[in-house]
Amino acid sequence: MSSQGYSALGFAGHELARASLDHCVKCTICETQCPVLAVTPLFSGPKFVGPQAERYRHGLSVDHSLDYCSSCGTCTLVCPQGVKIAELNSQARAVMKAGHMPLRDKLISQTVVMGKLMTPFAPIANAALNVGPIRSLVQGVIGIHKKAPMPKANSRTFMGWWKKHTPAQPATKGKLIFFHGCAGGYFEVDTSIKSVEVLEHLGYEVVVPKQGCCGLAQQSNGLYHEASANVVKLAKELQAAGDVTIISSSGSCTGMLKHEAHEIMGVTDPALADVGARVRDIMEFLLELDEAGELPHDFQPIKMTVPYHAPCQLKGQGMGLPALEVLKLIPGLTVVESGAACCGIAGTYGLKKEKFDVAQAVGKPLFDMIKATNPDYAICDTETCRWQLRKGTGATVDHPIALIHRSLGLS
Amino acid sequence: MRKLSADVVVVGGGATGSGVVRDCAMRGYKAILVERGDLGHGTSARFHGLLHSGGRYVVADPESGAECARENAILKRIHADAVEATGGFFFQIEGDDESFADKFIEGAKIAKLPYQEITAAELLKREPRCNPKATRVMEVEDGTIDGWQLVWGACRSAEAYGAQILTYHQVTGIDVVGGKVQSVRCLDRKSGEEVVIDTAYVINCSGPWAGQVAALAGCHDVNVVPGRGVMVAMSHRLVNSVVNRLVKPADGDIIVPVHTVCIIGTTDVKVEDPDNLELPRAEVQKMLDAGELMVPGFRESRAVHAWAGARPLIKDDRVDASDTRHMSRGMAILDHETRDGVGGILTIGGGKLTTYRLMAKNITDVMVEKLGDDRPCRTDQEPVPGSENGKNYQVSHRLHDREEDRLEDQIICECELMSRKMFTELLRANPDASFDDLRRQLRLGMGPCQGGFCSLRATGIACAEGGWSADKATAALRLFLKNRWIGLWPILHGDQLRQAALDSWMISGTLNVESLPASEEVVL
Repeated sequence: MSSQGYSALGFAGHELARASLDHCVKCTICETQCPVLAVTPLFSGPKFVGPQAERYRHGLSVDHSLDYCSSCGTCTLVCPQGVKIAELNSQARAVMKAGHMPLRDKLISQTVVMGKLMTPFAPIANAALNVGPIRSLVQGVIGIHKKAPMPKANSRTFMGWWKKHTPAQPATKGKLIFFHGCAGGYFEVDTSIKSVEVLEHLGYEVVVPKQGCCGLAQQSNGLYHEASANVVKLAKELQAAGDVTIISSSGSCTGMLKHEAHEIMGVTDPALADVGARVRDIMEFLLELDEAGELPHDFQPIKMTVPYHAPCQLKGQGMGLPALEVLKLIPGLTVVESGAACCGIAGTYGLKKEKFDVAQAVGKPLFDMIKATNPDYAICDTETCRWQLRKGTGATVDHPIALIHRSLGLS
Repeated sequence: MRKLSADVVVVGGGATGSGVVRDCAMRGYKAILVERGDLGHGTSARFHGLLHSGGRYVVADPESGAECARENAILKRIHADAVEATGGFFFQIEGDDESFADKFIEGAKIAKLPYQEITAAELLKREPRCNPKATRVMEVEDGTIDGWQLVWGACRSAEAYGAQILTYHQVTGIDVVGGKVQSVRCLDRKSGEEVVIDTAYVINCSGPWAGQVAALAGCHDVNVVPGRGVMVAMSHRLVNSVVNRLVKPADGDIIVPVHTVCIIGTTDVKVEDPDNLELPRAEVQKMLDAGELMVPGFRESRAVHAWAGARPLIKDDRVDASDTRHMSRGMAILDHETRDGVGGILTIGGGKLTTYRLMAKNITDVMVEKLGDDRPCRTDQEPVPGSENGKNYQVSHRLHDREEDRLEDQIICECELMSRKMFTELLRANPDASFDDLRRQLRLGMGPCQGGFCSLRATGIACAEGGWSADKATAALRLFLKNRWIGLWPILHGDQLRQAALDSWMISGTLNVESLPASEEVVL
């Protein structure tokens, strides 16, 4: 084990995850639910690489197949005994990769850099991303699969919009902090804008502090050092904006702040603990408002049947499926839950050339379900999953907030 | 009746007997080892797996410490594949007698024991789960050793030098004619056949059973006092180095990481019968308390198995006190020619696993001298089969092996990562083996599920590929589960209780293993 590997795991969080392996009774429920194991023998399964292999880990990393884990977290979610399976896998991968990280994994986890590089050249970037030979070159050089779903570069950023934005009406309620995330800042700009407009429509004063990356992509690529520094920096930036609820429409980044950075990397900074307790997924926030009787029910009907996929990283937050509850308030709307554990992309997993086929196979039943339910339109809470679903189905795929926005007459 | 002949018959297939048969064979004697059960099924595997650095003895007996240090280095080389060079620490906790740490240093210098004093912070960096109230810490060269692999390694080496290893052969008589040993009579317990071995020499290495064996040659009143030691294995390694308390040796002051588990030991209670070792709950609880002191949270961790072993202490007032040339510390050699007037039989007792090779050398030297031969010991010169490359065991070995073959082969024991091929190959070589015999070499059923899943798979494979009848397989399965259960019930709480419940639903609730038709024959 390299010294970097030691430092990656030299924290109490790993000891906790490791101690949880004692709870495994070999029931195999995790393996029956693992979306990757269902489609490929290349992955040896969550029980194997988690509680079993962990008993053998000291010194050199010898089980490289654990890299086929997509980190979707389904195993931890379904384990009836409380074994931190996904966390153990993520930590073991960080040790394995310490010292020999492929350039690709470093690059695609730099979400801010990617967004900044692509924005001013959006039309060119989009054209280039659609040109086969250029993508083949990218695959050969840095290992991103040439057919992998890529974000659509946007000619405007959320930050650019926000600078020129004035609320349509004066605030009548309290202040909220909006956390847009990298993808919500550069790629899925529309979702961020609609989220802010809905919150302002409900009477809230929205503030948007300058904010960096949460480090999730780095964490899932095993770059704990960089990811820990990023998440703490972000927590401090959000904390400085005030002691109020923080709202995000970036489902997986919310999970990073809520629990992943702490449970996987053992980050114990008090700013993270504070921010993690205050952050809400926007649909979760709307559901809380409704349960408190504070959400007006003046939704206009939308006559449509919509497939909805709840992303793995959203389910891992243990808050149920708030979008499903909130969308029930829209008259005429029929939302059909996908029932799929994962779309396959799992952050940056499905972009990689050696995992592209696995990720497509994981997503296949979900693609089929969407095509059968509504081939033109689907909803899903997180950015990379939407890219995967758009690529896999050809449908328009929005964040659930888009339907709320529309139903409130804002679009 | 089968007739065999040998220069020397070694009784007992533990560490000492295996060492003696190897030593005799390497010196050119035709040697036969007889063992009433499987190799290493007595004291030699019912221990905590510690390869002593000598640190434990340096205060009370620096000579003994020095002996351990020398043998430790030899075993790491000749039994490379059975040893993990984990390193170890002796540490004090706030409130411990500080002068003991100074005495340790004094003794270590006399014994020339490799050690260095390190800071408590360094200990906690290397072993984060150790008690944060650690004060003084000594780093030593403790290691861990697989007792079964040691015994098998020594026996395979002996076989390569022409020795015969007869397991499940119980000695039923030793014929003495004219004041000299003439032959050894055995019962082959698997076939029921009588076996007579003509020999001029018997070396009795039967440990706690030494008195019973000596009596067969008419040598009575060999005073063996079995000392029971209780040990508990935890489901994963809470430490990756051996950790010892730096205090006067006491109960439960060592935690040893062996293979995938870590073992705490031990106690020392005099008992009457080495064949009936109790596992008193109070002693098991005492071990868990002792573990908690060294590694906070130990009690909440999952215990998977408990067992007891019997130390083979011989306290014989008829030992010739002047004959110390051949003595190893804590070991006793009885020459029955001077003691009882029976020529051609020696008995050895006491000692410890770390110095097994030295004990074997000492007693073989006595025989060689009495026979008037000049054949020097070479057991420290060459590695046993399987250890030729000199590479020590690492806990990641099996994970590495399964990573290599997992797409081609099936994993039968998931906890201990035993593949189907490992199982079927050993079964083919030992068609009469019981599941426990296979377990001792493969670690089948020794992990957290304690056989709940793998024993059922193994039973099916034994029928499909080993040609076992369903009746025989069911009987073998029942015996295996029964033996696992002996070590399970004293530690049934927390996580292991949940496992036992699930296993019981499968084995009793779903499969009703107790009521299946099974062979009436006694299964060994």
